[in-house]
Amino acid sequence: MSLQVPYHTKANGAAGGATKAVILVGGASRGTRFRPLSLDVPKPLFDVAGHPIIWHCLTAVAKVPSIHEVYLIGYYDESVFRDFIKDAAHEFPQLTIKYLREYQALGTAGGLYHFRDIILKGRPERLFVLNSDVCCSFPLGEMLRLFEEKDAEAVIMGTRVSEDAATNFGCIVSDAHTRRVLHYVEKPESHISNLINCGVYLFSTEAIFPSIRTAIKRRTDRPNRLIRYPSAENLESSFIAQADEDDEESEKRSEVIRLEQDILSDMADSKQFFVYETQDFWRQIKTAGSAIPANALYLQNAWQSGSPELAQPQPNHIIAPVFIHPTARVDPTAKLGPNVSIGPRAVVGAGARVKESIVLEDSEIKHDACVLYSIIGWNSRVGAWARVEGTPTPVTSHTTSIIKNGVKVQAITILGKECAVGDEVRVQNCVCLPFKELKRDVANEVIM
Amino acid sequence: MPKPLVEFGNKRMILHQIEALAAAGVTDIVLAVNYRPEIMEKYLAEYEKQFGINITISIENEPLGTAGPLKLAEEVLRKDDTPFFVLNSDVTCEYPFKELAAFHKAHGDEGTIVVTKVEEPSKYGVVVHKPNHPSRIDRFVEKPVQFVGNRINAGIYILNPSVIDRIELRPTSIEQETFPAMVRDGQLHSFDLEGFWMDVGQPKDFLTGTCLYLSSLTKKGSKELAPTTLPYVHGGNVLIDPSAKIGKNCRIGPNVTIGPNVVVGDGVRLQRCVLLENSKVKDHAWVKSTIVGWNSTVGKWARLENVTVLGDDVTIGDEIYVNGGSVLPHKTIKANVDVPAIIM
Repeated sequence: MSLQVPYHTKANGAAGGATKAVILVGGASRGTRFRPLSLDVPKPLFDVAGHPIIWHCLTAVAKVPSIHEVYLIGYYDESVFRDFIKDAAHEFPQLTIKYLREYQALGTAGGLYHFRDIILKGRPERLFVLNSDVCCSFPLGEMLRLFEEKDAEAVIMGTRVSEDAATNFGCIVSDAHTRRVLHYVEKPESHISNLINCGVYLFSTEAIFPSIRTAIKRRTDRPNRLIRYPSAENLESSFIAQADEDDEESEKRSEVIRLEQDILSDMADSKQFFVYETQDFWRQIKTAGSAIPANALYLQNAWQSGSPELAQPQPNHIIAPVFIHPTARVDPTAKLGPNVSIGPRAVVGAGARVKESIVLEDSEIKHDACVLYSIIGWNSRVGAWARVEGTPTPVTSHTTSIIKNGVKVQAITILGKECAVGDEVRVQNCVCLPFKELKRDVANEVIM
Repeated sequence: MPKPLVEFGNKRMILHQIEALAAAGVTDIVLAVNYRPEIMEKYLAEYEKQFGINITISIENEPLGTAGPLKLAEEVLRKDDTPFFVLNSDVTCEYPFKELAAFHKAHGDEGTIVVTKVEEPSKYGVVVHKPNHPSRIDRFVEKPVQFVGNRINAGIYILNPSVIDRIELRPTSIEQETFPAMVRDGQLHSFDLEGFWMDVGQPKDFLTGTCLYLSSLTKKGSKELAPTTLPYVHGGNVLIDPSAKIGKNCRIGPNVTIGPNVVVGDGVRLQRCVLLENSKVKDHAWVKSTIVGWNSTVGKWARLENVTVLGDDVTIGDEIYVNGGSVLPHKTIKANVDVPAIIM
């Protein structure tokens, strides 16, 4: 039984409200692992479960009553998010959404610090920071409750993963009873904890900005950053001098301050830093293939919460959950689902089968074709009786590659923009770059 | 199912042969078998009646090779002095028994073997003729490295009863022992086969043989074939049993055989395949280069290819992919078979 401490918004007459949110969206030079899909659309705007990835973040933010201002921080061109923000302003009228552009990559903490004056305008007490490349239920209300209950300076969302997966993430050691974070280490070499950083934080504005300032100062005082704690094993590598970089380069580098590497570890030592351990789903959206599990999780979540925008289940036609854009045309003899999203103006022909897949806008799946565990890119065509197929990965897995015949291949088959798969052709475990025409069966390849 | 009873082009292998033999005036047939004769008896009794012939089953208790069974059946073969045909049950062609018998009678020697022209003689045993003689065989060259000829033994012979004297009752090979001895005596001739020929003992060759057989039916303008004017027939060479049911929006062919009581669902794509009796291919499945065994079911949106062979009563789940799988009887396949394998 958990103790439900009543949560009160502190009396706050100041305009702007007590809490703000920042969604970190990155830039075009990041997210390269999301290729070939990010070649055509910035990853945060890629449609998963019928909506851009950041829409899911924004929806969670909109559910927190005390938030009225949201900033997207990244280094994409200004124009990239213009339409999205316009649409979101309609959908979430209580929110003011602004894109803050970094002119160079400043790191997740560096970006926050750079825009501190804007963020701190209206003197918000708390700041949510969400990485846009995670897929989860964003239990922000619960994090806020823990924050109040513990009178915390920082709350991090954590989740449990398998021991062998843990070292790929930031690992959190916490006090089982008080949930206080005792130690934080990013991608450790050895096993430390299977409680990992989900990339969702709630900070007291009075704690986070001074912490970043301290980190910047430390960096300026000693620019050759200590990349590991010195220990008997890595004495030699612990004081990496960036001697071969010119001054300008090292100066630039010193401005990159990341929450994960540069801030959280210190916070564990010096601040009232707690972990909210989510029991809900959580997955990273790094590789293009990871859009498939994310799509499945968001659709299931929407289905379980009774979302009206999902297609009504019908025997032999719609196996829930399925999202079909109102402008898409799906033949009544096609069978879709579970976990399928059909984008705007996409066409699904008679007797076609689509399962665990994303079919993007303006694409066409011809009659009797079969699409499983795949992403069909914008304007792509899948021929009659063709089979485009990926491989399911275990529900608990955090990777999107599999080993086939001793070779690592992508589990999810991805067709980039304007690809064409010939009639009766089979494509299995392939990543196909844009504008390719596949006339022959292919398996386990990247088609350039 | 014993191989001679397997339907080839919707007709049991043995029936193709019995029909052709009866048409050539054969009255007695000996089947040299080594297993499960009881299941064959039922069919054979029927054929005896149908063609007015006697069929004797000769059971080997130990394998006697390719010549031994002839000695074992001596009593029947020696009933009179007329020559007898010998054929390998796995061989399909347009059996030229009448012409063969006439040719054999004309040359007057002890034996004639049917030969067929092949593209790559280096894979087979090649027949070499006597100089200046069109049919008398001089020697056999096994897997020749140099071109010596392109005619190979097609596994069909006509022999005089005297040949039985050359055979002892022990495991012995007609190709390795009996024929070379006859060649030495200048007693063996060859007869060129017209049209197609295939040893269909292996699934891959069974499919190829079926294509050849269907092509020969097309060439002959056979009425057995499904008319190419049917909307679902694609590319011709399609043989469909009248009791089979075909769904809507299918594309079938070329080179497809659909057996009795087979059910083909909607939107099914079939090419170069054989669906045996009582099998079922569900909606939107895609089947190529595959033998679907008796009573088997292929699931919706399944894809079978690359010489996949389903035994009796096999079930392939919906959306499953099978690449060159040999699936033993009564199995249910629920996961993809990505690389060729035998599924026990």
